[in-house]
Amino acid sequence: MNPGGLLWFARHEARLAWRDFRLLSRGGRWGGAVMLIGLAVVLHLVAAAVMHPDPGLATAPDRQALLVLTGLLAMSGALMVSQAIESVTRAFYTRGDLDLILSSPATAWKLFAVRIAAMAITLATMSLALSAAFIDVQAWRGGARWLALYPVVVALAMLAVTVGMTATAGLFRLIGAERTRLVAQIASAFIGASFAVGLQVAAIQSFGAPDRLAVMRSDSLARLAPDLGRLVWGLAYAAMGYPVPLAVLMLVAAAALGTAIAVFAPRFGSFVQATAGIAERRGGGRLKGRSPGAVLRAKEWALLRRDPWLVSQTLVQLLYLVPPAYLLWLTFSGGLDAVAILVPVLVTAGGQFAGGLAWLAISGEDAPDLIATAPIPQGLEIRAKFEATVGGTLMVFGPFLAGVAVAAPGAGIVATAGIAIAAAGATAIQYWYRLQATRGRIRRRQTASRFTTYAEALSSIGWAGAAALVVGGSRMALVPVGLATLALLIAWLLRPAASRR
Amino acid sequence: MPPALHIRDLTKSFVRPAVDGLDLLIHPGEFYILLGANGAGKTTTLRMVAGLLPPDRGAISVFGIDALADPVAAKRVMAWLSDEPMIYDKLSPIEYLDFVAGLWGVPNAAAAPALLDRLGLTPHARQRCDSLSKGMRQKVALAGALVHDPKLIVLDEPLTGLDAGSARVAKELLRDRLREGCAVLMTTHILDVAERMADRIGVLEAGRLIAEGTLAELRVKAGAGDASLEDVFLSLTAAQ
Repeated sequence: MNPGGLLWFARHEARLAWRDFRLLSRGGRWGGAVMLIGLAVVLHLVAAAVMHPDPGLATAPDRQALLVLTGLLAMSGALMVSQAIESVTRAFYTRGDLDLILSSPATAWKLFAVRIAAMAITLATMSLALSAAFIDVQAWRGGARWLALYPVVVALAMLAVTVGMTATAGLFRLIGAERTRLVAQIASAFIGASFAVGLQVAAIQSFGAPDRLAVMRSDSLARLAPDLGRLVWGLAYAAMGYPVPLAVLMLVAAAALGTAIAVFAPRFGSFVQATAGIAERRGGGRLKGRSPGAVLRAKEWALLRRDPWLVSQTLVQLLYLVPPAYLLWLTFSGGLDAVAILVPVLVTAGGQFAGGLAWLAISGEDAPDLIATAPIPQGLEIRAKFEATVGGTLMVFGPFLAGVAVAAPGAGIVATAGIAIAAAGATAIQYWYRLQATRGRIRRRQTASRFTTYAEALSSIGWAGAAALVVGGSRMALVPVGLATLALLIAWLLRPAASRR
Repeated sequence: MPPALHIRDLTKSFVRPAVDGLDLLIHPGEFYILLGANGAGKTTTLRMVAGLLPPDRGAISVFGIDALADPVAAKRVMAWLSDEPMIYDKLSPIEYLDFVAGLWGVPNAAAAPALLDRLGLTPHARQRCDSLSKGMRQKVALAGALVHDPKLIVLDEPLTGLDAGSARVAKELLRDRLREGCAVLMTTHILDVAERMADRIGVLEAGRLIAEGTLAELRVKAGAGDASLEDVFLSLTAAQ
């Protein structure tokens, strides 16, 4: 194998990817295999439970069925484009081994060609891992032709990487290296969230119907849709195993990815070098004249505001509130029932959002030694972080809480209290299980400690359930309150020795 | 006046003893440098003094304040700086100094502009720290250690990453503080710095203080005539 050649780089990348994968399966070879099989079984059971046979998707599909299929594939494609933009941005901005590669006499474009291809392979693998169970169930019920969804997912991954690469490179040209990171991350977050949001909005629109996607089958929408046999349905026909559309899709996707590699791999190095010379950014005003608690809070806020990646994560959290907000809008004058649905959604989202903020403030502290050597009681530090987290959460959720309060003042108070308590609970869990890490690792916080993830989720769901029952006037609210308190108590009792001091 | 730092029987073990019954006395206005090979216990000692690590046994007193009984009061008169400066990437140097001053209860951070000026950071005062070089970040951290006017400055390899000019300014800043009655406890592997700056030098080996004194006293102990500190240090540690 020629050192510095395409195959040599491919082997290098494959070895790194394999070692990353091995790191994930900490339970050993057999433990990892058992976990994967168990996960596959669970996913297949879930798929079998939620998927229903669709007569419209028979051998000769009708327009409604094509609409549903195209809509689902488009939303999945959006999710993939989001992941692709994220991968491309990370590849541009994370230095990693790029200084070594770019300073070596090797032909760097070959490595970049391999890396762009690897993005497509990774994306296809991840997407298939998540969708395989649903494809299998559909094939089991609807016939083997549905197995064509496997190559369709691969084609979508290739197209998504092409779109992601082109969009990010275009942004580089248009707005420069520094702004591209922020815009690309926000775009990625929004596009990705549109999948989940789209599904939820469709489900809300279909409220009362036996099918969660009933809105996509509505006659009014079908009347607007193109006739059968049109090019726009090509993706759906390919997914249903029609050989010509499937072959065309695969060819187009492969050609698009090949073109993207040919065009962008030679330019990748200059993109990476451009990110190294990002213009200096200015700070804001000064923090002087404040008490220790006030500067701690001000610092947390300044750090959050100035981190574009965190801003994009925050925006995604807000985006997930669109469906409940939409529900509120639909049923604004509908009385307490709609609000009773909305309150637990807000409380759960608030708890989860606060968990992220608390992780940043506590585990993501950049200068723990500085804080530890400052002449402030530990209680003050903790209080400041609690205030920053709970206050920040209430501020972000404020507009939604105000909307609820206008519709039903009592429910507004309950929702506010619920979010504050859920946020405080999530912050407490993050404090008990704090583990120093860089802020950029926030995406891995949930895999770093599954226990805290479950404890946080149980606590948030418990408070959400309690809030819903209080709004509904039920005394049963005490049950979820007890469960949430129990989750917090167990988390406190099992906290690591380091946080007992 | 009480000693700037008085350590008695300080002990800390991890897998093996890292600091083993250490006694140390540093007076106000004194520049004390701890030397030792890698793993000798220097950083562990400094981290215990700074309140970052609880000792297994022993006592630490800072200007008469029992640092283990009343850590907040002891921290109020102390500054700590490590070789890996932990600063906030998203804050500017001036904001960082305001923040540190706020933490130490010095609301106006009056010394901040002068410190930044002295360290050549004024042009970068409002630039975010993530765009500063490693040396500049180290200078920002050093300014942070001095902005609240500490009486005991604890420094772990503070000159790492500084260019010659910046290292000289840093040393001048420390000397100014010494003249004002501050005490400095510092570790370094740059023996030239220790030779020129230290009033007294302590040599740690396996967590124990094997020699202590002025350079002249250490030379006598090592039987090394007018040898350099490097020769004295190697002679003392080789004898153990």
